[in-house]
Formats: sequence, C-alpha cells, structure tokens
Amino acid sequence: MSRAIDARLLKYARATRPFLVALVLLGVAGAGLIIAQAWLLADIIAAAFAGGKGIASLSLPFTALLVVVVARATLGWGREVMADRASARVKAQLRDALLEHVAALGPGRGADRWTGQIAVLATRGIDALDGYFSLYLPQLVLAGIVPVAVLAAIGAQDWISALIIAGTLPLIPLFMALVGAATRERMEHQLQALQQLAGHFLDVVAGLPTLKVFGRAKAQIGAVGAVTDRYRLTTMSTLRVTFLSSLILELVATLSVALVAVEIGLRLMGGHLGLRTALMVLVLAPEAYLPLRQLGANYHASAEGVAAARQVFDVLEMPLPARGRGSGVPDPGVSSIEIEGLRVQYPGRPEPALDGISMTAAPGEVVAITGPSGCGKSTLLAIMLGFLSPHAGSVRVGGVDLAELDPDAWRAQVSWMPQRPHLFAASIADNIALGHPDATIEEVSSAVTAAGLRKVVESKPAGLETMLGDDGAGLSVGERQRVALARAFLRQAPLLLLDEPTANLDGETEAEVLAALSRLVAGRTVLLVAHRPALVALADRVLELGAVPVAA
Amino acid sequence: MGGPQAPVLATLALALTRPVAGRLALATLLGAGALGAGIGLIATSAWLLSRASQRPPESALAIAIVAVQFFGLSRGLFRYEQRLVGHDSAFRSLAALRMRCYARLETLAPAGLIAFRSGDLLARVVHDIDSLQDVLLRVIPAFAIALIVGVGTVWLIWWILPAAGLILLAALILAATALTWLTGRLARRSEAERAAARGELTVAVVDLLRGAPELTAYGAVGAQRRRIAASEARLVRVVSSAARTAGVGQGIAILLSGLAMWGGLLVGVAAVRGGVLDGVLLAVIALVPLAAFELGADLPAAAQTLQRVRRSTARTIEVLDAVPPVADPEHPRPVAPGQTGRVLRVRGLRARYGMDSPWVLDGLDLDLVSGASVAVVGSSGAGKSTLANVLLRFLPYEDGSVVLDGTPVSELAGDDYRRIVGLVSQDAYVFDTTLEENLRLARRDATGAQLLDALDRARLLEWITGLPAGLETRVGAHGAEISGGQRQRLALARALLAEFPVLVVDEPGEHLDIDTADALVADLLEAREHHATLLITHRLAGLQAVDEIIVLDGGRALERGAHAELLALDGAYARMWARETGSTSSP
Repeated sequence: MSRAIDARLLKYARATRPFLVALVLLGVAGAGLIIAQAWLLADIIAAAFAGGKGIASLSLPFTALLVVVVARATLGWGREVMADRASARVKAQLRDALLEHVAALGPGRGADRWTGQIAVLATRGIDALDGYFSLYLPQLVLAGIVPVAVLAAIGAQDWISALIIAGTLPLIPLFMALVGAATRERMEHQLQALQQLAGHFLDVVAGLPTLKVFGRAKAQIGAVGAVTDRYRLTTMSTLRVTFLSSLILELVATLSVALVAVEIGLRLMGGHLGLRTALMVLVLAPEAYLPLRQLGANYHASAEGVAAARQVFDVLEMPLPARGRGSGVPDPGVSSIEIEGLRVQYPGRPEPALDGISMTAAPGEVVAITGPSGCGKSTLLAIMLGFLSPHAGSVRVGGVDLAELDPDAWRAQVSWMPQRPHLFAASIADNIALGHPDATIEEVSSAVTAAGLRKVVESKPAGLETMLGDDGAGLSVGERQRVALARAFLRQAPLLLLDEPTANLDGETEAEVLAALSRLVAGRTVLLVAHRPALVALADRVLELGAVPVAA
Repeated sequence: MGGPQAPVLATLALALTRPVAGRLALATLLGAGALGAGIGLIATSAWLLSRASQRPPESALAIAIVAVQFFGLSRGLFRYEQRLVGHDSAFRSLAALRMRCYARLETLAPAGLIAFRSGDLLARVVHDIDSLQDVLLRVIPAFAIALIVGVGTVWLIWWILPAAGLILLAALILAATALTWLTGRLARRSEAERAAARGELTVAVVDLLRGAPELTAYGAVGAQRRRIAASEARLVRVVSSAARTAGVGQGIAILLSGLAMWGGLLVGVAAVRGGVLDGVLLAVIALVPLAAFELGADLPAAAQTLQRVRRSTARTIEVLDAVPPVADPEHPRPVAPGQTGRVLRVRGLRARYGMDSPWVLDGLDLDLVSGASVAVVGSSGAGKSTLANVLLRFLPYEDGSVVLDGTPVSELAGDDYRRIVGLVSQDAYVFDTTLEENLRLARRDATGAQLLDALDRARLLEWITGLPAGLETRVGAHGAEISGGQRQRLALARALLAEFPVLVVDEPGEHLDIDTADALVADLLEAREHHATLLITHRLAGLQAVDEIIVLDGGRALERGAHAELLALDGAYARMWARETGSTSSP
C-alpha cells in the first residue's frame, strides 16, 4: 500500500534513509528487550512458585529485569525523539524540493487556484506527513522485526506454540488486505463526502451576509443540519464495515493468545512442559500480534500524509519549461523592441488570448496598450517578462529573440509593476529593495521620495523599517501602489512594464501616483497597460488591442 | 493567547456531552469492558498456567478455560461496539454544537463577524468545531475508562496481595496525574513555540508562491528561498528540542508499567516465600500491571489532544458568547407587502464602531422613495460602506432615526425588514454551485423567463448563452471559475431578480472595466426606475440620471443636489468630476 511512496521518498528526501536504518536498529534492540523481559519474568515466577526461592537468591534476575525495564523506557523515548526529528528533516527537504521545482516552473501558470493548491500542499499537506513518520513508519519497521524475533524465541522453547502462532499470524495481514480491499472504495467515497461537507459548511458560513440579504440564512442553516444528519447515517454504516477490520484483527490476536494459553495449560497438566517455558510463551505470545495490530490502527494516521506526498511527487515530476541560455542581452535602452505575430492560446478557452499582435517600440518610447478586458493586455506583458512563451510569433530586442535569452539575465533589464502588486511580510525597505538587496539606505530613500512615499514612511513609527503583515497588511491600496513604484524606481531598469498601476485608486490618490509615474517613465522604454484617460495621457502613442490588431 | 480556564472547558464539555450523555456512558462502559476483558484474559491465563503446573484434575481448570475464551472473544466485540457507539454519539453531539454555532454566526453576520474575519479565522472556526470531535472520542472516554478499569484492577490485585495493590495504585495514580500533567504541559509549551515557527515558515512559503511573479521579475526567488530555508532550520531546531521532552511522556509510561510489574513481582515473591500468598497467584500479580497500563498509555495521548483542542475550544466559545450587533425586537411589528409606494426616511443618522471611536456617520439625512434614485459619493473612508451596513440593519446606529413607511426599523424583525431593503455589496458572495442556483437564491419560484430577464438586465445573458453548460455552469469555490466582473454582474442579476422595493448598491463597478461599469450603472438605474435605489460609488459617470447626489465627507452630507446643480456649485463634486473626466471631454 505504500511501497511506491517509500521509493520516491528515498529519492526526494535523503533524510529518510538514516532514519530507516536507525529505526531498524531500535526495532532489533526493542525485540531483544521484549524477549529478555519475558524470559526473566518467567524465570523469577517459576523459581519462586515452583522452586520456592526467595528474593535473596533471585537478586540477579531481579536486577536484570530492572535494567531491562529501564532500557525499554529509554528505547521508547529514543524512538519518539528520533521520529519527530526525522519527520522535521524530511519535511524540510521535501518542501525545499517542491518549492524549488515550482519556482523553476515559473509564474506563467499564475492561476490563483494553482498557487492556492501549492500553498496548501507546501504547508498543511507536507505537515500531515508527521503521522506517517512518527506513527506509521516506526510501526511498519517494528511489525517487520518483532513478530519474527518473538516467534524465533518461542520456537526455541516450545515448537508447538510457535507453530500455532505462526499459523495464525499471517491471518492478520491477510484479513487486513481483504477487509481493506472491500472497504477502500467506501472509505475513499466517505472521505470525499467529508471534504465536500466541510467545503459546504465553509461556503455557507462565508456567504452568510449574502444569504441574510436574501432572507435565506436561517433556512440554509436548517439545510446544513439535515445534511449533517444524513452524513452521520452514511458514515455510521461505513464505519460498521471498516471497524470490522480491527474487530477481526483483534479477534484473531486475542483468540490466538487464548488458544495458546489453553493449549500450554493442558500440556503443563500432562507434564509435557515446564512452567517457566509456559509463562514465557504466555508473555511473549501477545507481543507477536501487537505490532501488526497497531500498524493497522496507525494506517489511517498516515493516509493523509501519504496522499500529500503523492501530490508533491506529481508536481516534482512535472517537466520544466525550456529555458533560453543566451547571456548577451541587448540593452532595451538603446535597441528597439519588435513584436511580431504574437499568438497565445490558453488551454480550454475557445478564443486565443493574443491573436497575431505586432508592434514596435523605439528606445525611450512610452506606448499605452488599451482595449476591453480579456483582450490580452496582461498576457502581452507576461510574455515580455518571460513568464509565458508565445505559441507563435516572436519578441525581438535589438534583433535577438527573447526565447533564446536566459530569462533571468533578460529580466535584469526589466522593471514591472502589476495592477495589484504583491507586498511581502518584511520591512518596507526590504520590499522596496526586492530587486536590489544590497541597495544603500540613500538609494532606497531617494526611491521613496521619487515614488511619493516619503510622507507615508514618515508617518509610520519605525519608518522604513516598519514591518508589513501578510501581503502588505497595514498599508492602504494607494500606499501599496507607491511601495511598488519605489521598487520600480530602485530597479533602474531601461525597460518598464506597467499593468494598470492606478486601477484600484480613488481620485486624489490616483493623482499622486500619476505624478510619480510621470517621473518614472521619463527616459525609459515603457509598455503601459492603461484604461483611464489620465494614465493614457502619459503615453507617446496608443496601441489598441481588440478583435482587430491595430498598430498605431 | 492563553487557553481558556478550566471552568470554561468544563462548560463546553458539558454542552458537548449533555445531548448524548446516555450514549456516551454506554460507549464508556463498553470501552471499560474491552480493557477489562484484556486484563481478565491475562489474569485468568496466568492463573490457568500456574494451576496447571500443579497437575490438578482437569475439572479444576474448566472454569478458567471457559473464562480465557470468553475474555478473548468479548474484548474484540466490546471494542467494536464501543467505537460504533462512541462515533455515533460524537457525530450527534457535534451536529448539535455546529447548529448552535451557525445559528449564532447567523445573528452576527456580517458586521459581528469582522472580528473573526482576519486571515482565515472564519475557516478555522468551522474546523475548530470539527476538531472538538476528538474531545468526545479520545479525551472524555479515556479518562472515564481509566478511572473505572483502574479502580477495578487495583481492587483485584489488592484483594490478592495488598502490598502489590498499593504499588499498582501508586503507579497508576502517577501515570494519571503527574504524567498526564507533564505531557500536557510539555505539549502546550512546545506547541506554542512550534506554532510560532510554523507560522513564520508559512508566511514565507505563501509569500514565495503568491509573490512569485514579483520575485521572478525582480530576480529575488533565490533570496526568498534562503529566507524559507532559515525559517525551516528554526522549525527543525524547535521540533528537535520539543521531541526530546515529548518522548519523555512515552518513556515514563513504559517505565511506570515496568516498575509496577517489577515491584509487584518483588513483594509477591517475598509474600510467597513468607507463606502469605498462594504461589498460584504470583503470575497474576506480575502480569496484570503490564496489561493494565494499556490505559496508562491512553492518558498522555488524551492530555495532548486536550492541549491541541484548547484553542479550538476557546474560539468556539468566543463564537457562542459573541453578542449580535443588532438584536431583533421581542415583538416585531409586521411589514406590509408591496413593491411600490415605499419610503425609507433617514434623519440625523450617527454611527460609529465603538464608544471611543470617531463618528463614521455624523448626522446624515436621506430619503429613499419608490421611483427615485439617490447616489452617495465620496472618497474611501467617507462612511459609504457603513451607511450600507446601517441601512441593511447589519450595524446599529446610535443617534437619529431610520423609519420605513412610518415604522421605526428597530420595531421590525431584521429578516422581514430585509425583504423590503436589499443590498448588492462590493464583495457579494457567490456559492460553489451552478449559476442558476446562485440566481435562485433571490427567488426560489422564479420562472425561466424571469431568470433570463434578470441576466439580460445585468448584461450577462450573452455570456451565459455562449457557455456550453449555460445556466448549469458551476462557478467554483468563491466563484473562482468565473471572472471578477462576471461575479459582480451575477450578484447584480440576483438583486434585480429579487425585486427589492428598496435596493442599496455598493460600488457596482468595482472589478469591471470602465465601459462595462458605466453601462452597468445606466442599466441598473433604468431597470429600477419604479423602485427606490441607493447607489454608493466613487465613480461619477452616469450620475446625471440620478435624482439626488449626496457628497459624503466625514460622515456628513457636504453637498447635495442633482448632477447639474452640483457642477454649478463648483465645489467638491465639481472637482471630483474634473479629475475623473481628465482630458476626455465631458459627455
């Protein structure tokens, strides 16, 4: 059930290997201690009961038993410590591999949905591996070692009992597999139903204001109650079946132990067996079944993490896009940009996002790109940034095709400001110095002034060192926009790509941002996606995208 | 933030258990039965072997043989029934709690939910309630079963040999109290550190993913990955040091069970030697503690679970204790039906978000009359959205009056009132279902023609007829499958379908391109020419068609009048107009 994931885990998370080795060592030691404890217990009881010995003459086995008890406790502690640490290390390696690959896949996929899924996978998904590492894997190793060792120890003393246990032991994995196969589909179905249910509740709660407006909130809550009740009934009918598996396992284990107890009892009575051997078999017999039963119980704890790990591997095995290698990047400050016949078709959309766009921008020219929403304005900028490759056509800078250039080297020439810039949970200064981490305070400060951010920064208690919350929480929309502007100022790149930088601003704020923008575009080649007349006014000429490509 | 105090936890535990007390007690008894059968199996087997070694007549063992088989069989069956009954009662109790929480959330929404809305707190409230399931499945029964079986087992061993019973009692009490307390404490401390480190890591990871375009464009992906690596290293350090203490619980549980066995054996051997104890029972004294500690092992896990759900408990209680911002009157007056002839009169309206906060609305007068439209304009922070919330009775007001057709709205039930006064908010929610279901929310019995008409008026019809699945198209979670503009227009279509006599529209053009937004406003005003409409907007295009425009500033009407009058005033409105029209000529 988990072989495939184990192999891939070993490949992508190297910390798994030493962990497994340590688990095997601990498992062998643990099995040895279990056998030693049983042997000592049986020895002491038999000697005291049948042999009539007192504590004084049994001091050696008593001392040994105490040592075994302390050693078992230490081993239990060690296993837990190791499992938690290994889990943290493996998760770190897996997360790093995932993020590296996702970063290499590039932001072209851009869809919110994909980003959201990866974010959940990289955090909660990978964290769910804890159950796999701290519960399931150690138990898996124990289940492989302990029953064999215990069986050997019993066999050395009493082959008949060993035979009974050896005969019933395989029933556990057999029944586990049989019941598992019979219930898997139901379980998965149930799990899905549970997720849908949770999604449904969340949807209702998040939509409460809207439901209230339409007078449907109270009725919906009643509906939630009905759905919950239905869910309970179907879940209980599934559980009745799935719990059967542990019932069968438990019955096999306890009835086998009972069988062994009665059988050795009868042979004891016949005088064919010594009390010491009988007691040792009795103590050891349950230990043979325990690891397998617990493995079954822990399987569910691991299921979520295993599913997440599979998703991680699926992402890791996605092929990386082709990357240009050319490093001789022409300077857009002196070479013109020629766009020819660009065509982009998103999968699942009937119309192409860009359909044969052609244009030229001379060095230092400010070109406004306008058109109705969905006409491909942002797609054009994504191609200019190397986030997307066109399906047809080309972008040439100074005669060199963008596709042949190393994208990172090309982007060093480009500054970009999207409609809704992302701000990082870092200081304002760090946010501004995003593309220029070793900028001096003076450089950052002059970018702040140029972007019209000075007053905002001065109003904050810690000035430039003020920490922002998640996605720039603590700043208004206009302030965010100006931080992004300062970022672009500091970048000092010859080519500037602007995507409706004033889209969400109200009148007064827009005017201030516009003033800063007019300073920024001076002396640069600019492609400016624009709607508002005031923004279009910054441009030297206008390219209107629409049904018919028009080169102005 | 600290966890809730013990009495609060007890209150919640009571609230959780009361509706299912009978079933829960049954599950606990069954669990005790299962554990007791396990102990019985070991005890009778140990006695059986010891007695058999004395070679008695076979009849002396018959009862023990039956008992061994009985315990072997009953243990599994008890456990099976316990799990079924336990899960059933947990589901039932949770359903009851969920309904209580939702009923409370309903009275709080939307203004009272602001406190829960930061981040994904609202989503967590939903998960919190679910996670309380563990209290019913793993915490309460674990302690009850431990008590029952612990007392029974100690009594049995005491009866055989008081000294051994005392040793077992001491070990069990240590496990139940000290060990539970220790692991709970360690779990709480390490959980807090871990949560902080994990939170930091999550922020960095989400920044890398959400900010991927910026990071890539600015060549900063490597720097962000190094930040993540540093966070991750810190988390590994915290986990490693926490693991050392977390393992202590596991180790001590094993140690205590071993010591109980060892001590029992020690006093047992002495007692046999001294003739106080029949040697046949020595094995029972030694082996029962090992089996009894299965319950000792459950307790630390239960304590850890209890710590883990502490915050969930606290947040759930917070929801249950929250006070609704607007309470319904005890004896609401009925609201007369009817589409037209409605008058909503607002006089001297003042509202704010707390006793010490500044006034957000500060003496506003407003009349919404069937057949007339009013626009409220102003920059962000002028109090526009607060006005919408007060008019919908989502927020209370402190001074002034809001009167619907002569009846003060405080004498009406909120749901009745909102059949007359509706809202299209800028963050109108679309549900994860089909377009049609989202529309029908407004009117269950709408005919197909009415649906199409509403869609047409919201300028959605062309798009929808072009979709392969038409009205059956699913919109995805939070409407992720459709664009922001389509979401907004769908919300508008929904409000048009509901035909509210009075409709408040908050920023309808948000997320739309300008041409579409302007057309939408024009269509909206035309569609509602016989009704009362309040248009809240920061964009002025199309306001020529509105009967009255109010320029809101600091919660007061700075200017009011028709478009032409306000332009003639050459004041704030005229300035806004000039800025918006910019270089293009005014229409």
